[in-house]
Amino acid sequence: MQEWLEGLHPAILALIKVLLFVVPLLMLVPGLIWWERRLLSWMQDRIGPNRTGTITLKSGKKIKLFGLLQPIADGIKLFFKEDVTPNSIDRLIYFLAPAIALFPAFALGGTVPLGPSYGIYGLLTPIANVDIGVLYFLAISSLGVYGVVLGGYASNNKYSLMGGLRGSAQLISYELAMGVSLACIVMASGSLRLTDILKTQEQALWGAVPWLQNWFIFTPFGLLSAVIFGICMVAETNRVPFDLPEAENEIIAGYHTEYSSMKFAVYFMGEYAAMFVFSGIFATVFVGGYNLLPINWEYLMDSQWVGQFATLMHNLQYWLAPLVFLFKCAVGITFYIWFRATLPRLRYDQLMSLGWKNLLPTAVLNFIVVAIWILVTKIHSTLMGIVAGALAYVLLYFLFKSFLGATRDKPILQKRTLDYMPEPPKPQSNPVTGA
Amino acid sequence: MNSDFTPILVLVGVAATVCAAMVTLSWVLGPKKVTPYKQAPYECGVAPLGDARERFPIKFYLVAMLFILFDIEVVFLWSWLTVFKNAPVDYQVFSFWAVMIYMVLWVIGDAYVLRVNAIDWDEATSLAPEKLVDSPAISLTQAPRDAQKLASESNS
Repeated sequence: MQEWLEGLHPAILALIKVLLFVVPLLMLVPGLIWWERRLLSWMQDRIGPNRTGTITLKSGKKIKLFGLLQPIADGIKLFFKEDVTPNSIDRLIYFLAPAIALFPAFALGGTVPLGPSYGIYGLLTPIANVDIGVLYFLAISSLGVYGVVLGGYASNNKYSLMGGLRGSAQLISYELAMGVSLACIVMASGSLRLTDILKTQEQALWGAVPWLQNWFIFTPFGLLSAVIFGICMVAETNRVPFDLPEAENEIIAGYHTEYSSMKFAVYFMGEYAAMFVFSGIFATVFVGGYNLLPINWEYLMDSQWVGQFATLMHNLQYWLAPLVFLFKCAVGITFYIWFRATLPRLRYDQLMSLGWKNLLPTAVLNFIVVAIWILVTKIHSTLMGIVAGALAYVLLYFLFKSFLGATRDKPILQKRTLDYMPEPPKPQSNPVTGA
Repeated sequence: MNSDFTPILVLVGVAATVCAAMVTLSWVLGPKKVTPYKQAPYECGVAPLGDARERFPIKFYLVAMLFILFDIEVVFLWSWLTVFKNAPVDYQVFSFWAVMIYMVLWVIGDAYVLRVNAIDWDEATSLAPEKLVDSPAISLTQAPRDAQKLASESNS
């Protein structure tokens, strides 16, 4: 198998890699929709779709598929529905916009490794092990703005336009914080290549515990970055609590109000595929990608006590790597659904102030701390580096707070008691009882 | 051609094909029964008033401008980020101070943007009227006080 793959023309190998990524992604989207509907139902004390796909055999025996075919049935139905198009649209852009919205969801995963970088997985994943992995991902994810804003503009509907504008402002605001939060990780691992970021995570935990892996989520700066990236990730995919571009009770359905049949479904698919790939990137960058547990089995293989077990686990982990990765993506999706079931939608001013006044300064603070930590570690020692990092967190926190806090209370916003509001008159007698 | 990027090209091609096929298929497969009601824009069931391509708040444009400024500033950093960790010490110290000066400018820029309320989305007008005391918009709400004053004068 491996020799055969190595002998192929690079373009054909590339096509195989791409199909191995795109086809499962296309097939997983209905599964995701099913999972969202079921899980949301359980969280809201309902049952959800559980009938579609029940096969009754001649003997009267029933084979149940838990409603797994529901989204597929919905998809086929949508294909054959009338494509209702208003007459005053911008025709070309109206047709292109859903495709532009779906495109980044598929192209996003181009640099994500789904398995170890040696053996057969090394040949098949990532699709392209380019040295600008993180940059490629950021570039493609910003293309998502176009689908939203063009769809909103082309529909010639005021609500669509509002949704498109909101969407574009939201996506670009959160993109900033996302980029800076990834910058910390790139600086700590010294490479933009996602496979190198993974290799950094497979080193000894905090440089001290060699049998554990140093996933970035276990380090203080990595945890902060992960929180910022996680919030931005939800905002980038227009999901609750950041689904203002499609807020039903304000602007009908936002930028896809005028879209029907499969074009609407394409927007929908784009959202779900993007959720999946974003979860995969979160898993790769912060929680060790295809590694199931943060344990260095290779280090333990030489041990007298657990050597054999470690060898077994090492081999198991090698062969199950894509499944483990899939599992981590599924956990990410489950969190998305959990957010949807738990959190109410933000107000627009809250959304913008969260992005610009909280997440972005926090990400920049984190970035500066990582730079100080790396520098002091190199000049002095590991201990001094940690102390300097902690001190820098405290100092910079107060510095930023006072600096940015100066923007909060402008003279025009001084509070004054509302002395002009009239007191409501007190009733002399109760009009109902007459007492 | 750099062979590292061949798969990216293939991926872009496949993704574009899938997207185009999806959008075209629905257009080909579905029935087409055009009526004037279906062709009107859907605005909550109310007959639409005028064209949708109207003026919209300048704030959105402002946010886009700020995004370009700040994003480009981050883009400048990417190349430094990749070399910083494994560089020789003297280069590290020098470039560290250079980047810190750069970041100070960045923070000043951010603070200025917040200071001029470039990303305040009129929270004050809708939900915190007490913040609006000195703005001209408040003159509308001044009326009740005068009414009360008049009422108290007429009572006495």
